[in-house]
Amino acid sequence: MKNLNFLVAAYVAIWAIFCVYLISVARRMAGLQDDIRRLKEGGK
Amino acid sequence: MAGESESRTLSGPVISWPSVMVVFLLLAAASYGALIQAPEEATMGLVQRIFYFHVASAWTGFVAFIMVFIGSVAFLRTRALKWDWLSVASAEVGVAFFTIVLVTGPIWAKPVWGIWWTWDARLTSSFLLWVLFVSYLILRTLVDEPERRAMVSAVFGIFATLDIPLVYFSIWWFRTQHPQPVIGGGGSLDGRMWRVLMLCWLAMLGVMTLLIRVRYRLEAMRTEVDALRLEAARHVR
Repeated sequence: MKNLNFLVAAYVAIWAIFCVYLISVARRMAGLQDDIRRLKEGGK
Repeated sequence: MAGESESRTLSGPVISWPSVMVVFLLLAAASYGALIQAPEEATMGLVQRIFYFHVASAWTGFVAFIMVFIGSVAFLRTRALKWDWLSVASAEVGVAFFTIVLVTGPIWAKPVWGIWWTWDARLTSSFLLWVLFVSYLILRTLVDEPERRAMVSAVFGIFATLDIPLVYFSIWWFRTQHPQPVIGGGGSLDGRMWRVLMLCWLAMLGVMTLLIRVRYRLEAMRTEVDALRLEAARHVR
């Protein structure tokens, strides 16, 4: 089990990068959905 | 430019649940293969298992950046904004995959080489490729007008993808610290390791496809917001 910590660190890093990216996209999408709703309501 | 066909991209779900399930199952199988099924490498031992997702992420990053090239050329030919959306979506997802490459590489290198990083041809050109596409994304934030932003980005995107052959062939062209190539090089790979690597690549390609679809939708929404703001400004006048 030599270097297990490096293996764990690498796989944690992969999933962390995916999670951070997904959260970033989800937040931007939620912001844009709010903008679209607000602009459509304002146009009525 | 955000015509009827482009606005249609905002209707319906971004990704289907069956496709998410397929990618999830592929990732589970790839993780099992990389961590348990693949035989342990004789000299590097356990840490060699980083290789499966490191190499698969690099190849997937290349595919995403080649899609930036295709999208950029298509935009310059047609001036249709959907190609710009594809380019920016692919660039951002490609940067995510290359971030994985640049993080997992040093984690593998430390126990095997004794150092985290060295400025050899493969590592430097890979880092340069990442910097070029991060610059591409920053450049987009500096231009407000959508048409002009798409034009400038397309030209820069084509220029940035020229680094891909340099990254890929650097281990043939230069003496590097980096291991020999898996395809067409002097390195040999056990059949079981090869199958696990292909499974990991397939899983990463699945993840890439889903992420690009979601990011493409985000760009379509941004264009809709721009159009609505323009319309609201006209009403105020």
